[in-house]
Amino acid sequence: MSATILIADDEPNILLSLEFLMQREGYRVLVARDGQQALDTILQQRPDLVLLDVMMPLKSGFDVCQAVREHDELAGIRILMLTAKGRDTDMAKGLALGADDYMTKPFSTRELVDKVRGLLGARA
Amino acid sequence: MNRPGRTDRRLWLMLAVAALASIAWLALTFALVAATLDPVQRAAAFELIGPHLALVGLTWAGGIAVIAYGLKRWFDFWVTPSVRLAEEAQILLRTDVVRELVPAGNPETRALARLFNQLVEQRETLRHEMDSKVHAAAQRIEEEKSRLAALMAELTQSVVVCNLDGRILLYNQRARAQFRDFAPPGQVTSPGQGAAGSGLLGLGRSIHALFDRQLVEHALENVRQRMRRGAPQPSAQFVTITPAGQLLRVQLAPVRPAASGAAGQDIAGYVLMLDDVMPDYEQQAERDRALQALTEGSRASLASIQAALEMLDFPDLEPVMRERFLRVVRDEAQAMGERLKPLVSEASERLSSRWPMEDMLGSDFVTAALHRIEQQAGLSAREAEIDPAAWLRIESFSLLQVLVYLSARLQDELAVRFIQLRLQPVPSGSARLHLDLMWIGPAISTETVMGWELDPVRIGQESYSFSVRDVVERHGGALWFERDRASHLSFFRFLLPGVASRQAATPTEAPVAEPVGRPEFYDFDLFSRSEQASALDDRPLLDLVYTVFDTETTGLNPAGGDQILQIGAARIVNGKLLRQETFDQLVDPQCMIPPAGIPIHGISQDMVRGQPNIERVLPVFHSFSRDTVLVGHNAAFDMRFLQLLEAGTGICFDQPVLDTLLLSALVHPSQESHRIEAIAQRFNLAVQGRHNALGDALVTAEIFLRLIPLLAEKGIHTLGQARAAAQQTYYARLKY
Repeated sequence: MSATILIADDEPNILLSLEFLMQREGYRVLVARDGQQALDTILQQRPDLVLLDVMMPLKSGFDVCQAVREHDELAGIRILMLTAKGRDTDMAKGLALGADDYMTKPFSTRELVDKVRGLLGARA
Repeated sequence: MNRPGRTDRRLWLMLAVAALASIAWLALTFALVAATLDPVQRAAAFELIGPHLALVGLTWAGGIAVIAYGLKRWFDFWVTPSVRLAEEAQILLRTDVVRELVPAGNPETRALARLFNQLVEQRETLRHEMDSKVHAAAQRIEEEKSRLAALMAELTQSVVVCNLDGRILLYNQRARAQFRDFAPPGQVTSPGQGAAGSGLLGLGRSIHALFDRQLVEHALENVRQRMRRGAPQPSAQFVTITPAGQLLRVQLAPVRPAASGAAGQDIAGYVLMLDDVMPDYEQQAERDRALQALTEGSRASLASIQAALEMLDFPDLEPVMRERFLRVVRDEAQAMGERLKPLVSEASERLSSRWPMEDMLGSDFVTAALHRIEQQAGLSAREAEIDPAAWLRIESFSLLQVLVYLSARLQDELAVRFIQLRLQPVPSGSARLHLDLMWIGPAISTETVMGWELDPVRIGQESYSFSVRDVVERHGGALWFERDRASHLSFFRFLLPGVASRQAATPTEAPVAEPVGRPEFYDFDLFSRSEQASALDDRPLLDLVYTVFDTETTGLNPAGGDQILQIGAARIVNGKLLRQETFDQLVDPQCMIPPAGIPIHGISQDMVRGQPNIERVLPVFHSFSRDTVLVGHNAAFDMRFLQLLEAGTGICFDQPVLDTLLLSALVHPSQESHRIEAIAQRFNLAVQGRHNALGDALVTAEIFLRLIPLLAEKGIHTLGQARAAAQQTYYARLKY
């Protein structure tokens, strides 16, 4: 059975490309357009990996990440943070709050696919 | 008014001795005569004299009256003149008053008075010779000062020099002009304030009226730490907002004591150099904000474009999807263009500024933070693991306030009683540090953390213009909440900038300011003062700053509705009356001025029309007299007026008060009058502008300055001693 990926981003244009890309890679794709929707989807659908934008309405990616890491039963979910915030302090904060990896926008989709594969492979 | 003094008591004593002696003599005479008579004769004699005993008593009383009169005359002639002569001679001895003593009483006392006059004359001749030498030397120093004053006037920077208590002992023209600009709008100014400018800046006045006391003390502590470490140029910077809202960058450099100064004192005072950085920071903040918006917005758009372009690379892409990805590229490119347009011209509404960062040894910062948390938030605070080699690059004042604020909220909202601070380098090896504020207890929800981050920082009654998030962002840092569930340890983690190596940090210290020249507004003797060293009551009278004041009122009954018409005041700093720093303000009493009083105070209804009312004047006078001891003649009367205004204005004059009337009665118990005119005459002072508030305040100030050495003669050296002694004098019982 193929892995499930949740893409959480409030930018429809990036969402379009990432959704297309991940489906093409053979994953089952879920999308969320704000932080609260992302958290609800994670709790209900238990995706294998979340591509999590930082700056989203309602709840930031940091908050979602921290909330996920507070649940033991969600420990297996991989989180890859994507953000336009380029400061290394933001990256440090994301990793400290439990993200597995971090990519700064803009990024190469090839690199993204590699990271996703890597994270899901590590999980398997 | 006569008081029962030492002389009177001796008179009564001698009279009592005379009365007792005469009774004894009479009794002895009767006893001897009775002894020579046989019993029959004795009985006959008693029978004969018995009915006339009243007559004997009467003649005895008459005799005593004659003796009393004689004794009084004798005292007035022989004793009282010498006592008065001694008091008047004390004035000549203890002050520089020149006045011829009028010979009075017995020939010996008159001769003594003439002798004293000759001695005074001799002393004056010597003093004149000495004065001329001192004058010549002073003139040379004055020339030197003028050159330095000219130099200071040329400085484009505002300079204020203070002693350790924050008393201003020097400022230049630029500083005066700057603080006049910075005075809060609507402030009452009075023509008499002269060099005081807006009233905020003045010699001997506290700098803390302008800058938060804690802020200055914190900067001083940083300077001290650097001095202890042997830094060659110890100074500290802080940025603050004036009462009128301007942003000032302040550099504080220490003034070290002269080689001959008090041992053990590391700093005698400090120099503050002030720059109005509002325009620079506004521009900078606007640029930063625009840059950040552009960077983050563009990154998002570029990400969308790059991803869409990479999708277009797939050869098997369906035409519909191809069109959609092309539209993404077009839309995002257009959005980037649109984003650039407003950024160029957008004006910033909000001030967010770049604050000066200082390099600080991490353990020093933690020690300061623990101390402050315990003191201000009331929690028990200890350090956990502290990396001894860690250096922070921070704006320490605001960061300390943030730690105190968060600790106080932990205590108030989560009943946390004990916190720990931990400072460790980030494991990645970057120059950043983790500062953890730790406690054992419940976790905090994301919403609560966000609320605490965004609320303006508030400690007790003090609230600040920044939030926790502002401070963290100012440091280019981050803050988050973490919890170790196994140990129930919760903590706020600050990610803060550090310094890679101390050597790299040293050059960023600002250059030290040498004590710059002496401009026209200075009093360097203030350096030798320290309020921190002793409580006010223990301070010598000569070391204190005084506001000598007087009021003119519509009548003499404050409780009966009489109102203040005028307040006049002058300041005494370091034993000198500052005639250029005075307060002189008419007050509209908002009632009719009784005509009976107008010839006395000379203030008519026309004169007070258009003047501010007492609710506006009192805050300004309160600010003028802040951190000083109040002095008045018959001060109880004036204080009663001020006390009655407390409820209506909320302004409380709670500083110590000295009364020249009581002090005069204390040093000259034999003098009949302690009215201003009588005291002024004793001190040979010219009284001008009597019953004008400022005129009376100036005379009172002169009197007070001459009373200080006479009080010292009585063993009264400190404020506490003066207050206690004055309370015991007869006049202290007068009540209004």
